[in-house]
Amino acid sequence: MAIFNLNINGKKQQFDVDPDTPILWVLRDHADLVGTKYGCGIAQCGACTIHVEGMAMRSCNLPISNLEGKSITTIEGLSEKGDHPVQQAWIEHDVPQCGYCQAGQIMTAASLLNDNPNPDDATIAAAMNGNICRCGTYTRIRAAVKTAASKMG
Amino acid sequence: MTLVKIKYNRRSFVKTSAAVGGGMAIGFSWFASCQPPVKEEEVLAMPKEWFDVNAYLKIGENGVVTIMSPNPEIGQNVKTSMPMIIAEELDVDWNNVVVEQAGLDTVNFERQLAGGSQSIRKGWDSLRMAGAAARRMLLEAAAKQWSVPVGELTTDAGVIYHKASNQQMGYGEIASSAGGIEVPEEVELKDPKDYKIIGTDRLNVDGKKIAMGAPLFGLDYSEDGMLIAMIEHPPAFGMKLKSVDAEAAKAMPGIKDVITFNSQPEGFEPLWSDENAFPELVAIVGESTWQVMKAKKALRVEWEKTGDAESSADHEAKLTALLAKAPKEAARKDGNPDAAFAQATKVIERSYSAPFLAHNTMEPMNFFAHVQADKAELIGPVQTPEYLRKSVASLLGMKEEQISIMMTRMGGGFGRRLYGHFAVEAAAISQKMGAPIKLIYSREDDMTQGTYRPAYKVTYRAGLDENNNLVAFHVRGAGTHGSPVYANRYPAGTVDNYLAENHEKDSNISTGAWRAPRSNFIAGAEQSFLDEVAEAAGKDPIEFRLELFDRAIANPVGEENDYDAERYAGVLKLLKEKCGGSTAEGVHRGISAYYCHNSYVAQAVDVVMENNQPRVKKVYCAVDCGIVVNPIAAKNQIEGGIVDGIGHAMYSAMTFTNGQPDQANFDKYRLIRHSEAPLEIDTYFVDNGIDPTGLGEPSLPPIMGALANALYRATGTRVYDQPFITAKEVLG
Repeated sequence: MAIFNLNINGKKQQFDVDPDTPILWVLRDHADLVGTKYGCGIAQCGACTIHVEGMAMRSCNLPISNLEGKSITTIEGLSEKGDHPVQQAWIEHDVPQCGYCQAGQIMTAASLLNDNPNPDDATIAAAMNGNICRCGTYTRIRAAVKTAASKMG
Repeated sequence: MTLVKIKYNRRSFVKTSAAVGGGMAIGFSWFASCQPPVKEEEVLAMPKEWFDVNAYLKIGENGVVTIMSPNPEIGQNVKTSMPMIIAEELDVDWNNVVVEQAGLDTVNFERQLAGGSQSIRKGWDSLRMAGAAARRMLLEAAAKQWSVPVGELTTDAGVIYHKASNQQMGYGEIASSAGGIEVPEEVELKDPKDYKIIGTDRLNVDGKKIAMGAPLFGLDYSEDGMLIAMIEHPPAFGMKLKSVDAEAAKAMPGIKDVITFNSQPEGFEPLWSDENAFPELVAIVGESTWQVMKAKKALRVEWEKTGDAESSADHEAKLTALLAKAPKEAARKDGNPDAAFAQATKVIERSYSAPFLAHNTMEPMNFFAHVQADKAELIGPVQTPEYLRKSVASLLGMKEEQISIMMTRMGGGFGRRLYGHFAVEAAAISQKMGAPIKLIYSREDDMTQGTYRPAYKVTYRAGLDENNNLVAFHVRGAGTHGSPVYANRYPAGTVDNYLAENHEKDSNISTGAWRAPRSNFIAGAEQSFLDEVAEAAGKDPIEFRLELFDRAIANPVGEENDYDAERYAGVLKLLKEKCGGSTAEGVHRGISAYYCHNSYVAQAVDVVMENNQPRVKKVYCAVDCGIVVNPIAAKNQIEGGIVDGIGHAMYSAMTFTNGQPDQANFDKYRLIRHSEAPLEIDTYFVDNGIDPTGLGEPSLPPIMGALANALYRATGTRVYDQPFITAKEVLG
């Protein structure tokens, strides 16, 4: 066990956990932030996507020891009231079916639009390809990303 | 309006009470505005007091209505669409409705199950009656108060009007009195043409919570003192636990214990929903998930062989051998198929196959259980809570009344959570540990202990006469734990000489329902085959199918056909109207039509070649599922089924080597991704006012055939074996 200091959603927090603990489980088990989902544990499905220093990363195989002093944003911190343009577009397009993967999809999309405010279909597909939606909402996700882009641009 | 007798469980109405949390009129303002507050941006003023009207709904003194959603939500949107049906008949403003998930309550609710695309179809009457009966009770209470005949009262959006005396009051103002009104023997149901909520787009009631990452799923559940448990199961089918050395694991930080247990001990009475190849398991229990995951890796377990170590090559060989011979009895025989084939001018014969598939819900199996001496509480994602309670009662030797089950939102179902062994395991672990626990399957545990879609193989033969009419048809199917063939479905009934035959083979690999069972293979095979038959007959694929339906409409063969030929033909005609006759240069179209879960679907898939690779550009889908309760969500289901079907037909397989699954995670198990999904999906519903039928499954099966047919037109090569990606001549 060791002490780690992180800034999560704008709040400084300290955790006493094994250094190899993936940040996913720190968030879920120790920070009471369960919006970030466990899907595969090997960075293949994207359900666990968070932002580290503004960059989309998979949290399921990212040990806390790599994150000392870093700033992390989770789905809970993307906006206070759920009014980030990506979240709004997701609600408006009624994207979710089961909804389990959508926090990861939203975090990836938010990061994409931060880097590229006006992505074309191919860019959206490339950026979102690491996020699996088992319900098959991909067509709506693409539409929602475009709507969000138009609102952010 | 239609007058109907209340035919469902009247006990749900006997429960009515005047008030919850206070006397009749406490906190109740007779002078409050008649207009209930309208929800803006999720800020809905919660009432000070709720009045139970019946088990499905309660009304606040300010007119806000809480509607219980009885069925488990797996992403099929019933948590929004079932309450919409109640709200319609209750006649309230949807913006003043709050939806809550009901727990398992067999006294008050019927069929709290997610499966077979039947929630809306089976709930249609009882949901409408619950709303209509509550409205009637409110009206009678108002009539009594105003001393006017109830027949003179009308309602609109949660307000009762007596036009003659120019009086009005909100539901909230009379709700406390409605509880004292006798439950009506009969209620009036609205004419569908008067619907204001049903048939309109209503956003998912959990949409915002999902977008904000709120704790909705089983895996998100926790309570004080709860421990985390994981299991270790045999690495291969045909093996069981021999011994475990847990010394190293037990010594690791945060680990409470390592136990072995049997979730189906002697005396346990397994139900169909207890399908499970590995009842004897090791459980690792500890304080946090990562600690338990690490300790799981430190276990030293010995397994022993109990049966065959089956490989995919064995399955393929067995199914092929079965198809080579006729079974003792035919599943259906019309006319004289042998003679007809002998006389046919052309005979076409083709075989199709598909592998095992895992469900791979994005949320792995998990469940919370707290078993105490005299009661047990279970919370989590399960499609069959009623069966689960029976199984847990059998395991614990308790009465069902001692067990409570609460359903969480599920991160996907697709049939996997019909089989609740993981929840029974959670109960067994909690009992042994004497503590509340949440059992979590790792992705690997989840993928390698499946109730898989079985491997299937089928051979079709068709005979055409000299005028290219279909005169003989033969289907022989074989599958693990059951044949995929539905003997009485199309094209049965459209051809004079017809033969359907079934074979099944045993296996120690556990299988079960996977979104649109059997149809998820047979539709693709059948619709690919018919495309080839149409081509051999020199006919347009839509016209060829319509000709067969004309026959089934005018003069059907046999009496057991389980489809309505007119509705079937109807979706093909609608498809034809919407997607037009010809395609643009470079666009290759495949057609299909299928009937399952009481609904009819016709599809066109447009494929283009990009860098010598086929890419699905657009899908047209015509659907007849009767009344569409919530179009925006209904389209989502159709789109999801299409993407799911394309993905699994194209890319996915679960294979085995010596009983061991070759795929354990998404690095090896390929699922469809963004870049492979259709760019556009257009869905069209037949507007016929018929009571609603299934929607969660019917769009998946036929897409596999439409895709295969489009791939053929794009590449010149027919694909017969799923996943199609293995056809190197097509996909490079």
